[in-house]
Amino acid sequence: MSSQVSTNPSAAAANGAAPVIAMEGLSVSLGGRPILKNLTATLTGRCIGLLGPNGAGKTTLLHTLLGFHPPQGGTARICGRDIRHDLREVRALLGYMPENDAFIAGMSAVRFVRLMGELAGVPSDQAIERAHEVLFYVGLGEARYREVGSYSLGMKQLAKLAQALVHSPKVLFLDEPTNGLDPPARTRMLKLIRDIRDAGEVRVILSSHLLRDVEECCEEVLVLKDGRIATYTNLEEERQANRKFLELELRSETEGATAAFTEEIEARGAELAAGARQRLKLVLPEGLAVRDLYTIAAAKSVQIRRLDYKKDSLEDIFLKAMEGGTDGRV
Amino acid sequence: MAVYEQSYRSYTGALTPVWSRFLIIPRYAYEVVFKSKLFVGFFALCFAMPFVGLIMIYLKHNLGALQIFGVSAAEIAKNIPINHTFFYRGLWLQGALSFLLVLLVGPALVAPDLRNNGLALYLSRPFNRSEYVLGKMSVLLILLSAITWVPGMLLFAFQASLEKGWLGENLALGGSILLGSWVWILFLSLSALAVSAWVKWKPVARLTLMAFFFVLMGFGGTINQSLDVKWGMLFSPWHVIGSIWWSLFSMGPTDDFPAAGAAWVSLIAGGLLCLFLLYRRIRAYEVVR
Repeated sequence: MSSQVSTNPSAAAANGAAPVIAMEGLSVSLGGRPILKNLTATLTGRCIGLLGPNGAGKTTLLHTLLGFHPPQGGTARICGRDIRHDLREVRALLGYMPENDAFIAGMSAVRFVRLMGELAGVPSDQAIERAHEVLFYVGLGEARYREVGSYSLGMKQLAKLAQALVHSPKVLFLDEPTNGLDPPARTRMLKLIRDIRDAGEVRVILSSHLLRDVEECCEEVLVLKDGRIATYTNLEEERQANRKFLELELRSETEGATAAFTEEIEARGAELAAGARQRLKLVLPEGLAVRDLYTIAAAKSVQIRRLDYKKDSLEDIFLKAMEGGTDGRV
Repeated sequence: MAVYEQSYRSYTGALTPVWSRFLIIPRYAYEVVFKSKLFVGFFALCFAMPFVGLIMIYLKHNLGALQIFGVSAAEIAKNIPINHTFFYRGLWLQGALSFLLVLLVGPALVAPDLRNNGLALYLSRPFNRSEYVLGKMSVLLILLSAITWVPGMLLFAFQASLEKGWLGENLALGGSILLGSWVWILFLSLSALAVSAWVKWKPVARLTLMAFFFVLMGFGGTINQSLDVKWGMLFSPWHVIGSIWWSLFSMGPTDDFPAAGAAWVSLIAGGLLCLFLLYRRIRAYEVVR
């Protein structure tokens, strides 16, 4: 079961969540070809996944929000700052970890991260301290005096994360952060992202084509397809909803016990659908917990042999979004 | 704060003024540039001629010092004229050394950033393309200033302090040293950055820069010879700057250089072309059409 969260700006404001990114009819063309088409959405989560197949416009969206590509139409606001008019202020709020290899040649990691900190406005003496701290934080403490150019792919990814964090951005853009990482390095990278998210000081936008990465880190997911928004889903709400959608398999020695059980829970407000071979699908109402089901079953001499949460995975959401049409709006 | 703490902590201190951030680039660049012994040796050599000039000015006004070598004071005074020719020749010498210095430093400024996608990192910060170019240019502007107009003006001031009335007669000479040096410095820096931005490999960028200054001179000469015209040399940066310096230092009529007005137009056109090339190239990402 998938649900779309209300994402127009007024609805987000009504919910009390401060929007991290608000797009209003954002359109971008590159080389005369439209890449992003009239995107309208308000993203409010602590960690937002940006999903989509190759060429959907994920990286272009990040680049546009960074001011690398001028919008042809519409605009976007990051933490209330317009990317068309307040670009310098917008960039001061952002940390960006690019998808491709990106470093300054001939520099050790500590000098590289320090330079990036200074360019963002951190004074020189503070920048060196921050560079050491952040390199230890991402796990490159022991290798911080080595040239970034000599790093392995995984280490370069961590160095890119360090430079994105050094100036304490309010919003962190991570473009395919687990690209090319082996499983332990990937696990460590995702752990870092969750840690940053849970610290609560940085809002994270994670662009990836790996559903698992997004599922492990993100609360909300924006799916792009052909430059349009296919869906924008709150994964947390999705999980909450899933918890109430159950499948039961029942057994009873006593005649009519199963019917008595279903009548009882129906009387308590559950929506039911009987399946074959004493299988029952139900949506739990407010006030009726799973534990209550077992209590009622015991009272009615019914055994609950199996209880499954019907889970709509991110993969289901993604595939549904890919099948459905898009209008650029959520 | 101890560096071993591995939890995320945000920075809440003051930020540096926006206008000053482009100067971070030369500071980092000099750390690398001055690590090279070759460069340090060459840079020191660039001060040899200003030093010789300083001695010449001193001796001209302290002739007694040379009489211990048995040289006639009048002869010395005659052979050390401190005038527009002295400063013009000095600027030519330092100008040529500036070109060599740019060959050493220039190609390494932008090319590695483009090759390693470093521009996305610079430009994702509150730091725009103009500031990036200004920062990279100031690496050269500061170095070239140190070997051109700074020693030139020091010699000028030294001479003015030693000879009463000389400053009043030669005030325009100070302006010529400043303007002549800055025109050359700006043109050299822009050319070096433009070449470095378009040729991503340092040795090739170095060769391209040499070709830009010498092949164009040959090209201009060929045009002059084959078409029997004089404007061919407007393609040669050496002849263009030579013409501008010749006129700035009021060296008199000459057939060696193209007309000064045309030379200014050529130089400005060349500078604008370099700016256009930089504008096209200095981007966070290249859009493939």
